[in-house]
Amino acid sequence: MDKVRGLILAAVTASLVILVAVSGCSRPEKGQGGGQTIMIKGSDTMVHLVSTWAEDFMKQSQTIQVSVTGGGSGTGIAALINGTADICAASREMKPEEIDQAHQRSVNPKEIVVARDGIAVVVNPANPVTTLTLEQLDKIYTGQYDNWKQVGGQDAPIVVLSRESSSGTYVFFQEHVLKKKDYTPNARLMPATSAIIQSVAADAQSIGYVGLGYAVDAGDKVHMISVKADDSAPAVIPSESTVKSGEYSISRPLYLYTNGEPQGHIKQFIDYCLGAEGQKIVRETGYISIE
Amino acid sequence: MSAKLLKDKAVRLILTAAGSTSIFIVLFIFLFLGKETFQFALHPGLGRLLAERWTPVSFQAQVFGILPLITGSLLVTVLATLFALPFGVLGAIYISEVARQTEKEILKPFIELLAGIPSVVLGFFGLVVLAPLVKETFHLETGLTALTGAMLLALMAVPTIISISEDALRSVPVSYKEVSLAMGASRLQTICRITVPAALPGIISAVMLGMGRVIGETMAVMMVTGNSPIITANPMQSVRTMTATIAAEMGEVPFGSDHYRALFCVGFVLLLATFILNVVAQRVLKKYRLS
Repeated sequence: MDKVRGLILAAVTASLVILVAVSGCSRPEKGQGGGQTIMIKGSDTMVHLVSTWAEDFMKQSQTIQVSVTGGGSGTGIAALINGTADICAASREMKPEEIDQAHQRSVNPKEIVVARDGIAVVVNPANPVTTLTLEQLDKIYTGQYDNWKQVGGQDAPIVVLSRESSSGTYVFFQEHVLKKKDYTPNARLMPATSAIIQSVAADAQSIGYVGLGYAVDAGDKVHMISVKADDSAPAVIPSESTVKSGEYSISRPLYLYTNGEPQGHIKQFIDYCLGAEGQKIVRETGYISIE
Repeated sequence: MSAKLLKDKAVRLILTAAGSTSIFIVLFIFLFLGKETFQFALHPGLGRLLAERWTPVSFQAQVFGILPLITGSLLVTVLATLFALPFGVLGAIYISEVARQTEKEILKPFIELLAGIPSVVLGFFGLVVLAPLVKETFHLETGLTALTGAMLLALMAVPTIISISEDALRSVPVSYKEVSLAMGASRLQTICRITVPAALPGIISAVMLGMGRVIGETMAVMMVTGNSPIITANPMQSVRTMTATIAAEMGEVPFGSDHYRALFCVGFVLLLATFILNVVAQRVLKKYRLS
C-alpha cells in the first residue's frame, strides 16, 4: 500500500517538474490568430492613459492587438532596448547611457511627445500657505527650510513627501525644481501617487507633488499651491490652460519611444494617439493635450 | 527480487531529484545575486556600500551606502519581534493549554486567515487607519514611521509564531504535565515551569522564523514606513528597509548600471540575513526534536 502511494507521489512530482520545465521554455507566439500585436511597456504615470488609448484603438481596428503593461519608465526603456516591447511609454527623456545601450544593440530610439503633464504641489487644506516660489520649493525639498514659519505659515515642522527615486516625476522635480540638487534625506519617499494624496490629506504639515490629474481628482482633500517662478512673477495655479500656455512652470512632456521611425501598425497606433480622438482621451484622463 | 530493488532505486532517485530541486534553486539564486554583487565589488568597489547615505538617483554624486537600509530593516524587525513575541507566545499557550475544543476550532482558522491576508491590503489598512492613529497618539508630524511598520509586521509574524509555538507546546509529552499536576502544582505553575520551558527551543525557533518573515516582508513596510534613508534608532522616525528599496527602485533602474548592481548587493545582504536566521532556527528546531 505504502509502495503504491510512494509511486504515485513520485510520478506526480516528476510530472510537475517536467511541466514546470516545459512551460518555462515555451514562449507564447507573437501575433496569435493572424492579427498583429503591439507590446507597450513603461511609465506608471502613463499606464492609465496608454491603456485607455489601447482599448479605444482596438475597438476601431479589429485586427491589431495592443497590450499594455506598466513597471516604470526605466523598465519600458529596457524592454525597448531588449526588443521585448514595440513601444515604450516614458515620463522622462531617455538618458544618454540608455541611448548608448540601445545603439549597441542596434536599436534606434525615436522620441515622440504625446501629451503633457502638469505637476501640482499639494498641501493639506488646513495649511494657511497657498503660494510658494520655485526657490522656496527648492529650499523645502533640499532641507534648508524645515519649518512652515520660514515660508509664512504656522510654527510647525514641514513633512516633505516625495515620490520614489524610481519615479520619472522624482527625477523631473529634482532636475527642474531642485536644480539638480539632492533631496533632503528626511524626505519621505512614497511608493505611489495615491499614497502622497492620502498622506497630505491626513497630515496638516505635509507637502507633496503629484500629477495634475491626480490633484484634480482628489478635490477638496488637498489644496493645490500657486507657484511663482520668482518673487516678482504672478502666482499661477496649475490647470490645463496655464500648463498649455507655459505660465505654470512645473510641467513636463510625456513620451512614447519606438525603435526607429514608426511603421505599419505601430505607426497607425501612434497616429491615432496624436490625432483628435487620442488627444481627447488625453484630456479625459487628466493630462494635457499637445495641440 | 531484483526488479523490486530496481523499482525502489528508481523511486528513490526521482524523489531525491525532486527534493534537491529546491537546493539547486537556492544555490542558483545565490550565484545569480553573487554575480552582480561581484561586478559591483570589481567596479565601484564594495567600500562604496559603507557610506552613510543612500542617494542612488542624483545629479551630484550617486551614493550607495546601505547602512541606513540595514539599520532601518533592523529597527523595524526588532520592534516587530518585540510586539509579536508576547502576543504570539501567549496566544500559542492559550490555544494549546487553556482553550476548550470549540475555542480552538474558532481561533485556529482565524489565525490562519490572518496569515493569508495579502500584505498590500494590510499596508493599505496601515496607511489609512494605523498611521493617523499613531500620529494622533504620539503627537507626531506624520504617522509614517518605523513604529507603524513594525506594528503591521507584528500582525504578520503573529500567525507564524503562534502555529509553530503551538506545535512545540503540543509535542511536550503528556507525562511531564501529569507528573507536575500529580505533585500538586497548579495548572499555571505547570504551564510556566514545565510545559513552556520544555517547549522553549521550539518557541525560540518559531520566533526566529517569524523574524525571517518580518525581515523579508516588503509591500506593507514600503507603504507605511515613509522610506527615508536615515540612520536612526528612534521608532518615531521614518526608515527605509532593504526590501522596500529593492522593490521601489528595481523597476526603474537602468539595466547593468552601478545602481542596478548596488540593488543586487542589497539583495545579497538580505538573502544572507534570512538564510542565517533560517539556519539558526532550523538548528534550534532540530536540537529540540532530538532531545
